[in-house]
Amino acid sequence: MNTDTRSSMRTPMSRVRRLGTAKSGTGDFWRQRLTAVAMVLLIVPMIAIVMMLLGRNQAGAAQILGSPLIAIITLLFVIASCWHMKIGVQVVIEDYVHTENLKLALIMANTFFSIAVALAAIYAIFKLSSGV
Amino acid sequence: MPARIDRPLSPHLQTYRMTLTMALSVVHRATGLALYAGTLLLVWWLIAAASGPAAYAQLQAFAGSWIGRLILFGYTWALVFHLLSGIRYLIWDLTYGFEAREREWLTRAALIGSIVLTILLWVLVFAMGGGR
Repeated sequence: MNTDTRSSMRTPMSRVRRLGTAKSGTGDFWRQRLTAVAMVLLIVPMIAIVMMLLGRNQAGAAQILGSPLIAIITLLFVIASCWHMKIGVQVVIEDYVHTENLKLALIMANTFFSIAVALAAIYAIFKLSSGV
Repeated sequence: MPARIDRPLSPHLQTYRMTLTMALSVVHRATGLALYAGTLLLVWWLIAAASGPAAYAQLQAFAGSWIGRLILFGYTWALVFHLLSGIRYLIWDLTYGFEAREREWLTRAALIGSIVLTILLWVLVFAMGGGR
C-alpha cells in the first residue's frame, strides 16, 4: 500500500485511474469470469470422465485418459482451473495481506504453485496420450 | 499541502447482522481455497496414471481408505458448491437477481443444490462400483 501521497504532486485519484495500482486494469476480473464460464461448460464432461475411470486399474485408466477427446477436455479443464485459482488466491492475498514484501512473496509463491500444478498435469496428460 | 480529507469509512464487518448471503460469500472463498489445495489430488491422480501400476495402486488405496473417501467427499461438495455459487455470481455480474426475493432464492438454491448434487454424485459413484 502506497501511503505517501503527501510527498507527491499526484492526487490519489490519478494513481488509480487507467490501469490502477495493480498495473493490470480489469484483465484479471475478465479472465476470472472467462475461466469460470469455461469450467461451467467443462464440468459435466469432466465428471463423466472421472466416473468412467471408477473401479479401473492403471492400464484401463491410462487408456481412457490418453484417448484424444478425453485428453483434450482434461487439458482444457486443467488450464482453466489453474488460471482461475491463480487469480482467485491472488485476490485473497491482496485482500488480507497488507505487508508489502510479504504480499509480493505470497503472490509469487501462488503464481509458482499454480504454474507448477498446471504443468505437472499437462505433462502427465501428454505422457498418457503418447503412450510411453 | 492540503490536510488529509476525512472521508467516510465503511463500518467493520462485525456491525452487520449476519445474513445467509454474507455467510455463503465467506464459504465461497473458503471452498475456493480448499479446491486450490485439492488440485494436488487431481495432479496426483494424473501423474499416478502416467507413472504405472504401482503408483496408481497407491492412489487407489488412498482413495479407498476412510480418510481418502472423506477428503474426496469434501472435495466433491466444495467443487459443486463453488460451481453453483459461482453461477450465482455470474448472474449477479449480469445485473440480474438483485431483488430481495431473487437474491435469497439464488443463495438458498446454491446451498441446497450443492448438498443434493453431492449426495447424488456419490450415489452414482457407489452404483457404478467405485465404492468397492
